[in-house]
Amino acid sequence: MARALINVPPKAKKGEIITIKTLISHEMETGYRHDNVGKAIPRNIITEFVCTYNGLEVFRAELFPAIAANPFFTFNTVATASGTIEFKWTGDNEFSQTESVNITVE
Amino acid sequence: MTPSERCILVVGALACAIASTLLIVRAAEIPLNERKSGYEFMGRDSRAMQDDDTANPGTFSVLDGEALWKRKVGTAGKSCADCHGEASESMKGVAARYPAFNAARGRPVNLDQQINICRAERQQATPLPLEGKDLLALNAYVARQSRGMPINVTIDERTRPFFEAGRATFYRRQGQLNFACAQCHDDNWKEKLAGSPITQAHPTGYPLYRLEWQSVGSLQRRLRNCISGMRVDNYPPGAPELVDLELFLMWRARGMPIETPAVRP
Repeated sequence: MARALINVPPKAKKGEIITIKTLISHEMETGYRHDNVGKAIPRNIITEFVCTYNGLEVFRAELFPAIAANPFFTFNTVATASGTIEFKWTGDNEFSQTESVNITVE
Repeated sequence: MTPSERCILVVGALACAIASTLLIVRAAEIPLNERKSGYEFMGRDSRAMQDDDTANPGTFSVLDGEALWKRKVGTAGKSCADCHGEASESMKGVAARYPAFNAARGRPVNLDQQINICRAERQQATPLPLEGKDLLALNAYVARQSRGMPINVTIDERTRPFFEAGRATFYRRQGQLNFACAQCHDDNWKEKLAGSPITQAHPTGYPLYRLEWQSVGSLQRRLRNCISGMRVDNYPPGAPELVDLELFLMWRARGMPIETPAVRP
């Protein structure tokens, strides 16, 4: 399993705009490179990232071979209610990883 | 030859003489209070990446290193922690002192080499490959414990010959371009090379995450990059010449805080 780092404020006021940052460890092999004996290195990238907040999708991104290793996303959402923010990365070779954090909204 | 042609020749010869005199004049070392870490040459976004551990991909290497620190390996069945305990205590300031003199080898060794010496002698395990993920991770984890601490290598009668060899490498013109490290990093650090700032080459944050590499890498990897750019017949990874150069560079950056894991473009 890849390592992922999530930065979400643990507490927020209702209606406040919060910043979410995610970083995941992934090589993002483009599929355009060759090894030292000329053999093509197959593509191995994350293709999709989705963030849901209490089940509601708040952010989605499609990823392509030009995106660097260890993709980093930062985005904003409005703190609506206490609950769970879930992150899901999917990609080549059946890559799939889910992480979640809790947030308290007062 | 007409008098005017002769005049042009004389002027040309004089200009050449002056230019060559200027070329051999070496600028002084950078004054201590004018030294800057590579961090200060970076843009806002790269700095933000380094400043926030959750945005810094070097953190992955540190976390991997933490896991390896606790893992029992080798026929001795020992982990690093079995001898050294909590790295946050025992490894504090250690990376700031490396390369350090190793009495058994009679020369300074860098942190990568020290980790492999520990593996071979105390854990009775196979040495980790240089520039491999595991060695970089252990090094990053150990060096992370010195973050913020001043670089403080020991130059004494035992290390001085190696230190002087490193200094000589830094100031020696070499390779097809007939370049010395100092020509960029002492004399022209206020300038740019192909649009990028030339830095002062202070190794404050190794192992570091380099965006160009899209991975963590060692100081030796960086040195070998520069050296091949100078079109010098390169030193192999782990070469004593590179360790001597590391020792000189760490002395040159003495007192500057460790930033590991740093981020660089």
